[in-house]
Amino acid sequence: MSDKITFTIDGVEVKAAKGQTILQAADEAGIYIPRLCNMSGLIPYGSCRVCTVIVNGRPQSACTQPAAEGMIVENETEELLTHRKNIVDMLFVEGNHYCMSCEKSGNCELQALAYRFGIAAPKYPYMFPNRSVDATHPDIFIDRNRCILCARCVRASRDLDGKGVFEFVGRGPNKSIAVNANARLKDTNLDITDKAVDVCPVGAIIKKRVGFAVPIGQRKYDTKPIGSEIEAQNK
Amino acid sequence: MSKITEAAIKEICASCGNDRDRLMDVVNAVQAKAGCVSDESIEAIAKQLSCHRVEVESVVSFYAFLSKEQKGSVVIRLCNDVVDKMNGVDAVAKAFEDELGIKFGQTTDDGKITLEYAPCIGMCDQAPAALINNEVMTYLSTDKVKEIVKNLKACNDPAKLKHRLGDGNNASEMVHSVVHNGIRKKGPVIFADYDKEAGLKNALAMSPVEVINEIKTARLRGRGGAGFPTGMKWEFTRAAEGKKKYIICNADEGEPGTFKDRAILTERADLMFEGMTVGGYAIGADSGIVYLRAEYAYLTKLLEKILQDRRNANLLGKNVLGKKGFDFDIRVQMGAGAYICGEETALISSCEGLRGDPKNRPPFPAQKGYLGHPTSVNNVETLCCVGRILEMGAAWFAETGSKGSPSTKLLSISGDCQMPGVYEFPFGVKVSELLKEIGAENAQAVLVGGPSGQIIGKADYERTICYDDLATGGAVVVFGPERNMLEIAAEYMEFFIEESCGYCTPCRVGNVLLKNGLDKILAGKGEPGDLAMLEELGNTVKTTSRCGLGQTSANPVLSTLKNFRSTYESLVKESKDGMQPMFDISAALNDAETIADRKSVIFKN
Repeated sequence: MSDKITFTIDGVEVKAAKGQTILQAADEAGIYIPRLCNMSGLIPYGSCRVCTVIVNGRPQSACTQPAAEGMIVENETEELLTHRKNIVDMLFVEGNHYCMSCEKSGNCELQALAYRFGIAAPKYPYMFPNRSVDATHPDIFIDRNRCILCARCVRASRDLDGKGVFEFVGRGPNKSIAVNANARLKDTNLDITDKAVDVCPVGAIIKKRVGFAVPIGQRKYDTKPIGSEIEAQNK
Repeated sequence: MSKITEAAIKEICASCGNDRDRLMDVVNAVQAKAGCVSDESIEAIAKQLSCHRVEVESVVSFYAFLSKEQKGSVVIRLCNDVVDKMNGVDAVAKAFEDELGIKFGQTTDDGKITLEYAPCIGMCDQAPAALINNEVMTYLSTDKVKEIVKNLKACNDPAKLKHRLGDGNNASEMVHSVVHNGIRKKGPVIFADYDKEAGLKNALAMSPVEVINEIKTARLRGRGGAGFPTGMKWEFTRAAEGKKKYIICNADEGEPGTFKDRAILTERADLMFEGMTVGGYAIGADSGIVYLRAEYAYLTKLLEKILQDRRNANLLGKNVLGKKGFDFDIRVQMGAGAYICGEETALISSCEGLRGDPKNRPPFPAQKGYLGHPTSVNNVETLCCVGRILEMGAAWFAETGSKGSPSTKLLSISGDCQMPGVYEFPFGVKVSELLKEIGAENAQAVLVGGPSGQIIGKADYERTICYDDLATGGAVVVFGPERNMLEIAAEYMEFFIEESCGYCTPCRVGNVLLKNGLDKILAGKGEPGDLAMLEELGNTVKTTSRCGLGQTSANPVLSTLKNFRSTYESLVKESKDGMQPMFDISAALNDAETIADRKSVIFKN
């Protein structure tokens, strides 16, 4: 007796264990559903909406939606690609993302997604927000210009490190990442070995002095597009 | 210097049982006492509640009525909703600025009076209106403003500003407010005379399952707008595993143009509590929470008094009305100024002392709601319907209305009409019939369901108000022939930008882009291609947003693009030189020209 759930993604039959999300099941099946806020090992959050799929005709975030028997999931459709591109465009214009001078370039998931989607430049006007940088910590700095508010650091610090260094303040377009101190990162108990320091998908949380240890051109997404590691299992 | 001592904060926290889940009550109390929740207060609260200071800061920074910066002992919140603007709020705003000698967002030099704007405060039928601390001021004029400011400067006590009190319970000692109920049309369900507590007595004579079946037979659907069948919601909550269950009354009506719950809370709170008690019995809950929007704080004394009367009469408490084993009580949870908290999972977050972020579904509140317990969240009006259904029977309830939408609906009607107010119409009423009754037959457009609903034009006036056609939580705003519907849409987009929680990308960013796109067109810089761009962007926001706010926030743009297309088309034009009209080369060169101290020879104006 198998307690596996069977459903389809773009017509392909996929098996899932009970309790697995659509995204987890897709990963195991070698089907890539683009995502930004989701990360294996962290509690699904559902904020970036890049992983939006159509489940039985209704849009759902694949990272939070549990797989269910007989579900019909659409993933790679023209319509969803348009929505996903629009969301990535939104994230680019919302912050100040200058890839050419960012030390995360090549390892950045936002940049890699844009390349995968064939986005050369965002179609929306830039907002050029005024955001702050906090370089007070001896080993780590936060550049809020590049933050996409995915809450990976919030979740990792709270749930994996047991610290709660990060949390959001403000709401709507004024939402930003704050630290558990009166003002500065150096007054928190964040440590270079914390998981929270390793999870940032973009160049918002950066370890000092190691940024260019791997030269540009030899980085994670310089040779293969994002998602190819998942799709490789399907070969 | 902080106006509150650490000892006072300790006392406030202790009065809330030093319970982290009660953070909303703590920060509300600190704000009320000190006029801010300063960094020192945040530190002290965190220490007392054993949580991280950034958690407290996160909550304080989320709600409009809370602030880290020091506010005056009197805070004037002038409502700048679209309807207030249509009723001349700009002149009123200028009068406030002139009389106080400050701009919006500022506090007078003596630190006494702060002037701010607020989105819809639920007084659109009496606009322009303002909240002065918890007191409501209605029908504002420049003359009234002069008098208000003079009095405030003299006594600094907003309670002394009131002259003629409103009707009904507004005039009671408990409310003591100038607000008018504005009930223009009474229907058979909500504002009709009824047999008090008969519904509750009937319910307690039945089994909980029978009560749920009665609600199902009546085909009652949620009155907040989404229209989920109430009986089904209760059935799910009842069936969910959990020792403790909750029923929450959503009294956070914040949709611009909505104020019908204000009238219920003032005149029919007893019926609402009765319905809630029936709900508690049906789902197996022993606790109820009324989540009351901060704008309606002037009603708390009345609600608390009615609750106490109910406890005294054993309509609440142990073994309600002698029903062995049915213990039930209700508490009031105050909000702090956040439209998003009308969304049921955001409301639950707020009750739990968190930011008003909606939660991921599944699990649904019926499975895991308030503090992880199965919870049913029902609208104020829905709960009143429950009381009447149990009193009069399901068949009586379903007699009026249309097939898919039985019974009546309260509508809050305002804008360009002769008789704004609260109306109880049977479901299925045509927009044209409604316009006739309220004195607005020349309307150019009608907003049905508030900005998250649809802006319709004349071609749609034969459509009906019901769940299957024009669904609405109750807001109806009428626009006369002289209004610019694009400007109206832009105003409503501004509202959504302000009220988005910012959790998900499309709502946080997309609404800003939609508003910017509209502004560009309104400024005469739009191109024909912009219309398709707005449509596509609007669809992305609608499809990919995480909760109901973002899934409907593009509606002002999408519905005007559909129903007022010619207005858009008359404003956009092909660019002559192939350059994007939105890019103003002269403006872009301005700084450089100033530095160089000469004008560009190529790009001349």
